[in-house]
Amino acid sequence: MKQVFTRPKSLKQAVFHYCPGCGHSIVHRLICEVIDEMGIRGKTMGVPPAGCAVLAYNYFDVDMLEAPHGRGCAVATGLKRVLPDRVIFSYQGDGDLAAIGTAETFHAANRGENITVFFINNAVYGMTGGQMAPTTLLGQSTTTSPPGRNALLDGHPVKMSEILSHLDGTVYIERCAVNSPARILQTKRAIRKSFTYQIEGRGFTLLEVLSHCPTNWKMTPVESCKWVEETMTRHYPLGVIKDIPGAEKGKKDK
Amino acid sequence: MNKILIQGNRVIGEAAIRAGCRFYAGYPITPQNELTEYMADNLRKAGGTFIQGESEIASVNMILGASAAGARVMTSSSSPGISLKQEGISSMAADELPGVIVNMMRGGPGLGNISPSQGDYFQATKGGGHGDYRVIVLAPASVQELADLTMDAFDLADEYRNPVMILADGMIGQMMEPVLFKTPKPRSYSEKFHLRGCGEGKSKFIRGLILDPLHEEEHNWKLHRKYKTIIAREPRHETFRTEDADFLVIAYGTAARVAKGAIKRARESGIRVGLLRPITLWPFPSDAVRSFAGKASKFLVFEMSTGQMLEDVQLALGNSEKIHFYGRPGGVVPAPVEVAKIIAQHA
Repeated sequence: MKQVFTRPKSLKQAVFHYCPGCGHSIVHRLICEVIDEMGIRGKTMGVPPAGCAVLAYNYFDVDMLEAPHGRGCAVATGLKRVLPDRVIFSYQGDGDLAAIGTAETFHAANRGENITVFFINNAVYGMTGGQMAPTTLLGQSTTTSPPGRNALLDGHPVKMSEILSHLDGTVYIERCAVNSPARILQTKRAIRKSFTYQIEGRGFTLLEVLSHCPTNWKMTPVESCKWVEETMTRHYPLGVIKDIPGAEKGKKDK
Repeated sequence: MNKILIQGNRVIGEAAIRAGCRFYAGYPITPQNELTEYMADNLRKAGGTFIQGESEIASVNMILGASAAGARVMTSSSSPGISLKQEGISSMAADELPGVIVNMMRGGPGLGNISPSQGDYFQATKGGGHGDYRVIVLAPASVQELADLTMDAFDLADEYRNPVMILADGMIGQMMEPVLFKTPKPRSYSEKFHLRGCGEGKSKFIRGLILDPLHEEEHNWKLHRKYKTIIAREPRHETFRTEDADFLVIAYGTAARVAKGAIKRARESGIRVGLLRPITLWPFPSDAVRSFAGKASKFLVFEMSTGQMLEDVQLALGNSEKIHFYGRPGGVVPAPVEVAKIIAQHA
């Protein structure tokens, strides 16, 4: 019998700690599938964040260096500059990347660091119990915006991918989701493209993934997938935000 | 080899490059900018990586990453910037990553000013960041010693897989003195500690998060055992005119230079006074200080602060009426004649 589906080799034999219905485990698996298919496990290194994915080093079977909260892009910069031929990815949530780590993310992007960032946007601080994130939608209720996010008091949901796309150092930015089979396949294609660009030395690549969080959204998994489709994508439209395939190759690898 | 005349901040850069430092990240702050500028020019020429970080926080986290990858790494700043670096220093201590952090102290607290000061002693020697950890702290008192201790700092960081801080001030950073560079030791740091991609082998990870309290406790005790080894093996100090001293001044860094001048003056008026200068502030040379308990009848701790090292002297000697303190905080560097008067008052 032909085996058509199996656990990726780059994914450890461990039970995910993620809540049932969480998008993180899907993204982990997709990244590992791509690492396997590209045959780059031995030279890929990951930087997990503080947040729900803080234990990612228990799942990715590649070398991992944990970053302090928000500093993923700075830590990844240090790794990549010393090891320019490795494939370096930073895996960060919305609080990590778009609040406490805004400066590190912005400037790594602006320097055109030849790294890949997986930005998991679930519009909420998950690990700490559902507080308002920089990406929380207007009107969305969280534990620190109980009546719903109010623009006058709480500010507006940040569109990091659009902001970073204006920087000359970024070469590829796409927003995906993992709420349906079609979206999952598109996310996988985007992961492969990010790694390919990095291997070609083109510069900073970032993939934003709208990820469902049934626990903190207080929804069933099915409802949360629907909420991504019907509500989140209205503020965070899916698709390629920036793609410069002709970017100068090898400019970052000294 | 010939002596060269070189400025303190720049000598750190040159000594670091000679010692094999190949990754530096830093953010501008007075009075240490010449070091960052030196690295921008010379580290890149030496084939290393220089990054002007967007902040002290980013810079220290960049060296965290580069250290894990196996490079000899350094960052530098001055007092307010060192406060920002504490997150990364605590993380490097937790991760057992070697690295050199330079603090050219200035007046504080807050933004303070840009004059030489010693107000960061507590921060440097008692942890600084969160958690149960220590950083080896070296306190040079001359440009020559800056060169020597910078090279030593990289070796100590590797040996103990721990951050090492060079704690000096704007005075030593800004002044020029003749320097003879020693030959750096070849690096001995096992590749098993490198994180460079697992190849065909087993993957590794380096982390600061240890959720299981029993495992985190075990990690803390492991670090503690390392710190005890450092305390047993690494304290360093210098003595000056202590052969017949009945009166011991204890001072480090710039304050120790001032104290030497004061002691020469005091001796001219017949006071049998000498100096003990801690070179390592952590581990503090407690045994050396204690060895004077039976010899000297009076002690004067002199710092450019309101009294921080004083507490370590009191711990070493027991809190005694024999211990006097003189301090000038806020970026004031007193003249030797001023300190000589204090010595005369207590003699």
